[in-house]
Amino acid sequence: MDITELEDNFELLEDWEDKYRYIIDLGGRLEPLDEKFKTEEWKVRGCQSQVWLVPSKQNDKIHFIGDSDAVIVKGLIAIVLTIYSDKSPSEIKSIAVEDIFAKLGLSEHLSPSRRNGLIAMTEKIKYYANVL
Amino acid sequence: MYDVEKIRKDFPVLGRQINGKPNTFLDSGASSQKPMCVIKRMVDIYTNEYANVHRGSYFLSEEITSEYENSRKIVQKFINSKSDKEIVFTRNATESINLVASTWGRKFLTKMDEVLISEAEHHANLVPWQVLRDEIGFELKIFKINDDGSFNWDEYRRNLNGRTKLVAITGMSNVLGTIFPLKEMIKSAHDVGAKVLVDGCQYVVHQKTDVKDLDCDFLAFSGHKTYGPTGIGVLYGKSELLEAMQPYQFGGDMVNVVTYQSTTFDEPPARFEAGTPAIVQAIGLGEALNYMMSLGMDDVTAHENELVAYLHSRIKEVDGLTEVGTAAGKGGVFSFDIAGIHPQDLAFILDKEGVSVRVGHHCAAPLVRRMGYETLARASFGLYTNHADIDRFINALQKAKTFFKD
Repeated sequence: MDITELEDNFELLEDWEDKYRYIIDLGGRLEPLDEKFKTEEWKVRGCQSQVWLVPSKQNDKIHFIGDSDAVIVKGLIAIVLTIYSDKSPSEIKSIAVEDIFAKLGLSEHLSPSRRNGLIAMTEKIKYYANVL
Repeated sequence: MYDVEKIRKDFPVLGRQINGKPNTFLDSGASSQKPMCVIKRMVDIYTNEYANVHRGSYFLSEEITSEYENSRKIVQKFINSKSDKEIVFTRNATESINLVASTWGRKFLTKMDEVLISEAEHHANLVPWQVLRDEIGFELKIFKINDDGSFNWDEYRRNLNGRTKLVAITGMSNVLGTIFPLKEMIKSAHDVGAKVLVDGCQYVVHQKTDVKDLDCDFLAFSGHKTYGPTGIGVLYGKSELLEAMQPYQFGGDMVNVVTYQSTTFDEPPARFEAGTPAIVQAIGLGEALNYMMSLGMDDVTAHENELVAYLHSRIKEVDGLTEVGTAAGKGGVFSFDIAGIHPQDLAFILDKEGVSVRVGHHCAAPLVRRMGYETLARASFGLYTNHADIDRFINALQKAKTFFKD
């Protein structure tokens, strides 16, 4: 699924309950992260739940796998990875994630006070785009 | 009579809608809402009365200095200390504890000594002692509590001995709600020659506090939890202890005679209030404490106890819920876990229902881990919490459960 399809699907959702149920559903369909990666090394700091993010370079693009022990957070990770995964570093740097989250009606989850790790996660993705 | 509906009208923010739902504010343990009298008093000062304190020989400065010092007298009354000279204004309880660690601790603790704290301490009453321990080399001992969060006399007594120089304990746990038997604990500590510092952040909000009766040597609490403003805290210390302590910070308003090469310091409490203090916040705090006293602290306690009983009668309806901390007589702090639901996920749903709870380690990570968790959700009550809040909380929990069924 690409981000346009995701935006279309979100438009069909009427209220926050449907939206959250869909987010949880997205998390359930996330590419699984091998248990061996669930270590301090791959942990994203600054989250109230545990969040892991593992990058791998595939040709000129970066593939990300992520996971969380909280299911809504996991769903939000699925959205973030739909936005960022399998893109080139320069594409990653040019993405306006705030605009996409605003369009999805999820801006609150990018608020710095939320501490659900999404900001930390997008920072980490941009960091990998710089170093990989 | 304690009329909670009338009291709620004193707190405008409680009437606000959150995500289109009534504001169900269950995080007063982290910071409480402010009554209109406190807000109004602070606006009045900025509007009509503001000047610096202890400085000018002019009307406005004299007037506000008298208000600032009067607030100290209100604190004295609130905790029933012998003298208002035993009341030091700080930024918050954390600073109060750090002040004791930095000044009393550095002067009087040696590597031969022991400092005893409980398993139930907030980071603010743990980390300063760890850091000072690393500097001085005394032994930091931690006495265990029971698995239900209740106080364990044997554990406490076993850890007290002739080397114990300081016991630093919470009066009421911010995670478990457990209320420690302070008076008896302090007596036992004094029997071995130790001083006692009480972290009173939750305790003073929950019940009438009488430092003369408790006989504690230090008491720390924060203004923002006692329905007052942020940026103001209190350190109570017995006169003879404060007088023996060196200043904490240096500058204006705490000195006696200053030459280019030497300075003599003022008496307590001024000695510990370097620089322009949080004037308006201090006066706001006085207003808040007067507000609590006008409601009657015994009635506040009775109201909170009744809320806890009501909550207990209703939580049985929520399958899979475990209350963490079930000591008899606990205060209005309710940490919990629901099997199969991450507290962070729970908080997302509760927030959408207008219910504010805190999620995480509650600045007491070792305690949460000791109770068997990494993260917990916590609902905590204030003097304005009512049954409808608890009903909405229970309903929101039931709703959350529908999201996470496997």
